[in-house]
Amino acid sequence: MIRLEPRETAPVWLSLSAPLTAVLAALLLCALLIMWTGASALEAYGLLFKGALGSRFAITETLTRATPMILTGLAAAIAFRAKLWNIGGEGQFYAGALAATWLGAGAITLPPYLMVPFLIGAGALAGGLLLLIPAILKNRLKVDEVVTTLLLNFIVLLFVNYLLEGPLKDPMSMGWPQAAPIIDEGVLPAILSKSRVHLGLVIAVVAAVLVWALMRFTVWGYEIRAVGYNAAAAGFAGIGVNKTIILTALLSGGLAGIAGVSEVAGTKGYLTLDLSPGFGYAGIAVAMLAALHPLAVVASAVFLSAIFVGADSMSRALNVPTYISDVIVATSVLAVLVSGMFTRFRLRFR
Amino acid sequence: MDFIEILFTAGFWAATLRIATPLIFGTLGELVCERAGVLNLGIEGIMTMGAMSGWMWVYMGGDLVSGILFAAFIGMLFGLLHSLFAVYLGLSQHVAGIGITMLASSLSYFVFRMLLPTATTPPKIDPFQSYPIPGLSDLPYVGTPLFTQTPMTYGAFVVVLVVWYVLYSTPVGLAVRMTGENPIAAEAQGIDVLAVRTGAVVVGSGLMSVGGAFLTMSAFDAFYFGMVNGRGWICVALVIFASWNPGKALLGALLFAGIDAWQVRVQQLPGINIPYQFFLMAPYVLSIVAMIVMSRRALYPKALLVPFRRGERT
Amino acid sequence: MTAILKLVNISKRFGSLTANDAISLSLEEGEILALLGENGAGKTTLMNILFGHYTADEGHVEVFGKPLPPGQPDAALAAGIGMVHQHFSLADNLSVLENIMLGTESLWAWRQDTAFATGRIKQLSRDFGLTVDPMAQVSTLTVGERQRVEILKALYRDARILILDEPTAVLTPQESESLFETLRSLVDRGMSIIFISHKLNEIVSVSDRVMVIRRGKVVAEQPIRGADRASLAEAMVGHTVHAPKGDVLAPGDVVFQLQNVSAGAADGGQPLVDVDLAIHQHEIVGIAGVSGNGQQTLADLISGLCRPGSGSMTLFGNKLAHYNPDVMVKSGVGRIPEDRNRVGVIGEMTVQENLISEKRRRLPFSKFGFMNAKVIEDHAARQIDAFDVRCQGPHAETRLLSGGNVQKLILARVLDAEPSLLLADQPSRGLDVGAVAYVHEKILDARARGCGVLLISEDLEELMALSDRIVVIYHGRLSQPVNPEDITARDIGLMMSGQSEAA
Repeated sequence: MIRLEPRETAPVWLSLSAPLTAVLAALLLCALLIMWTGASALEAYGLLFKGALGSRFAITETLTRATPMILTGLAAAIAFRAKLWNIGGEGQFYAGALAATWLGAGAITLPPYLMVPFLIGAGALAGGLLLLIPAILKNRLKVDEVVTTLLLNFIVLLFVNYLLEGPLKDPMSMGWPQAAPIIDEGVLPAILSKSRVHLGLVIAVVAAVLVWALMRFTVWGYEIRAVGYNAAAAGFAGIGVNKTIILTALLSGGLAGIAGVSEVAGTKGYLTLDLSPGFGYAGIAVAMLAALHPLAVVASAVFLSAIFVGADSMSRALNVPTYISDVIVATSVLAVLVSGMFTRFRLRFR
Repeated sequence: MDFIEILFTAGFWAATLRIATPLIFGTLGELVCERAGVLNLGIEGIMTMGAMSGWMWVYMGGDLVSGILFAAFIGMLFGLLHSLFAVYLGLSQHVAGIGITMLASSLSYFVFRMLLPTATTPPKIDPFQSYPIPGLSDLPYVGTPLFTQTPMTYGAFVVVLVVWYVLYSTPVGLAVRMTGENPIAAEAQGIDVLAVRTGAVVVGSGLMSVGGAFLTMSAFDAFYFGMVNGRGWICVALVIFASWNPGKALLGALLFAGIDAWQVRVQQLPGINIPYQFFLMAPYVLSIVAMIVMSRRALYPKALLVPFRRGERT
Repeated sequence: MTAILKLVNISKRFGSLTANDAISLSLEEGEILALLGENGAGKTTLMNILFGHYTADEGHVEVFGKPLPPGQPDAALAAGIGMVHQHFSLADNLSVLENIMLGTESLWAWRQDTAFATGRIKQLSRDFGLTVDPMAQVSTLTVGERQRVEILKALYRDARILILDEPTAVLTPQESESLFETLRSLVDRGMSIIFISHKLNEIVSVSDRVMVIRRGKVVAEQPIRGADRASLAEAMVGHTVHAPKGDVLAPGDVVFQLQNVSAGAADGGQPLVDVDLAIHQHEIVGIAGVSGNGQQTLADLISGLCRPGSGSMTLFGNKLAHYNPDVMVKSGVGRIPEDRNRVGVIGEMTVQENLISEKRRRLPFSKFGFMNAKVIEDHAARQIDAFDVRCQGPHAETRLLSGGNVQKLILARVLDAEPSLLLADQPSRGLDVGAVAYVHEKILDARARGCGVLLISEDLEELMALSDRIVVIYHGRLSQPVNPEDITARDIGLMMSGQSEAA
């Protein structure tokens, strides 16, 4: 019989190696799937690695893709810390992108050093306000935020769809449902020549450091953690639980909103309905893989991005369906979840 | 025809029952899990898996009935996986469920593409045909919409009765409810809490999967990407709306489907200038509204979301 | 007489703690065996092993001569063992009938025979005087009725051995007496009983034989007839404990006053109805009552978690305008909550973080929203020292602390602010004698300093020992205060069950 016993402290080597082992185990499991398609798992992973990190181009593509995932990952990490189950990153991403499009596609013109921060602020506000609805419903009426944030994703996407076919449709788009491009002043400049890597990456990394500092050094961070661990005790100690939830919602939604701005004003240039291949949902995986640690979010976003980018080129070469990347991500998330058990408990065989 | 007249058409009622069917299966499946104290957010993925696996079974030459059973079986496997994480390891039910949804939906798409790599237009199967119930289907007015449905729709109603009976009138149903209310008390009465929770999650996941299979094997005849389209999440909302009661779950699913069927028809009325996207939003908006309306009365199982570990009582 | 139950050399360790150290026990047919021991001595662990909630590291159990498989509550039930836990194992939202029937029929039966079960429950109720309506929902029952349901659960299963874990902890003296009568009548019909308690008086009045457990070991065993109380007490505690006693002090100004206050409970508990109460400096006011009679609402009011619906509440002579925990703490109220682990501390956070939870926004602990790590750590180191909190240091996770040390941590946090009003809600529940004495000493120190104290407790002995005045709470109403020296525990018991207004 196997029993779980709580550990008093987890050794450092274990806290570090457990998630890595878990990811390795996930890759091994998925190797079975790859072999089922008739391809060699070794070759597939080799090609995946090459496609993700094997050339300057590959690396810059991976970083470009990682940029929004760092931000949505932070959004999920900070919300989950407060046990605010924000699964609405996708909707908040589009809310941010929408705000940037609405204000940045010609409505307002400012010099670039003002325009970029202005668009980022607008996107953050839009994302934050969107998450405010479920947060208020949770506080006031105890309406479960998992379901409301999930459903809002669908609502927002349909709303964007409507705008792209109607009021926001670019008359120059030859009938495609897309919005007018962000004006040059609002575009996030490239930071590496001959690549798509743009200022958004810097913003994302800075955001990660700021979130880390917030959680670690500030009273707000203390309160967010306290509410997440034990809302009853936090409330008893005088922490405004509802206020903290609202603050967390604004921060979390804001970060996801910035991800939307970064994509629309940095990577793509204009808003379409397929701006995000699920960056909001991927953020949840990023956060879970990072065990909600803001700095680890950066590494975990780059890792997942590498899987996505690498799997694209691998699947073209080997005829393995691209969905393998989603399977790897999902398996990794579950494996890391289980590995977390080993840092908190020890297994006893008897 | 106007807004009200729609309600008196046979087509509206037939559509209501059709739209309600996957919701009934999904909602009941989620309800069984939650009654045992386990939130199953794997529902969206498990429904996708059910849609894919049942369809694939038939496409590969199996018959429809065994296809349903196959879909249920696959759903149960994912239920087993969810119980491993959420019941035996006591991990966060939210996180484990989302992980299961990610895994089940990505695997569905992967397997579909793997088995049918080159199909551009979705291949089709011969789905369930409507089966008029002799006698009843000839009734005036109600005969056509209510008794000329596919067998899976009739099945959904039977499942409601079965779930209701089992939960409230059998020893195992009592064990499930007790496990969701107070697992420590259940254990003290000799009930194996982990086994009961696992059983409930497995059975519930099987039901969800059948709900997904309805989409590809009865409502449509092909598997599309993103075809579950949030129905799983709507079911989670419906469980709350139904206050964890199977009868109310049926009512909720019907009400919900009715409004959905109605809005589709309103869209087609002449002189309606509202963009279609707003109509498509209706189910999601409605789910949120339903949760708000019921929030004050929600009588949730007391041990929902609370992991149970043996030997940790104090 | 034959031994029908034997526990042989049972040992159980939790991490570094040895809860049971080679304990052997035998129960004879038709006797009441008392297990006497302090909180934390290992009595409950032993019974949980017997009942299969825990698995022993060593040793085995025999029932009616047959070995009992370890770790299986259903095997214990099948062998005829019934257990009434200290914290009742009932599902509030289900009926009495459902709670009793659970697990008594084959799980895979097609239907439940509710008619048979109802009849049998009614029969048992009549036979043993355990009146309760099988159709009632458990949430509507009183504490005493719930205990009857627990006993009925065991009887329904034809238990021949009944274990009761601290059954009187939540009962009035009168209810306890009627429980003892029930136990006697059960024994007359061939039942054998293990009665767990840390109250010597009860054990002497109800049991045939007593076994004393201290720190996981059997330290004494003898028939109750001729047993010497003093020696039993010393065996239980291991040394004579000096129970702190307060000096006679004249009450000072009123620090806290409720006038005609009615207040609804936050979570649907018993509201307060038209309550008057005044607490003075240098005074401990004890609140006696069966749990669920409004104590929670009263505590919430002082904690700042709820507000009076009507009437006036004054603190240090000022009428309050805002009601929240921050306001209370800042005005000088110290709060020791009832549920120390769930409400008092945040287990996943460190000791130093918990020590500043109420003053995290104040200098010098934080400035402009940034925490001052150095100050917080030094503060914690001092407090750990001053209050003898046994832990690995300021950075230890709080969930790893024992109950007594968690309570010391809370005392450190609360008393560091030198409150002028102290709420002590069940401050010594579940603590061992040493920790109880420590808590009492600190409360008396606060009183001596001039603090007014509201002591809510279910332990009448504690109330009688510490309080300057006792007020009984019943159905949300408060009695006139009584002087503990002028009244007996029995009379307070009558007031607690609503049978007399005042003595």
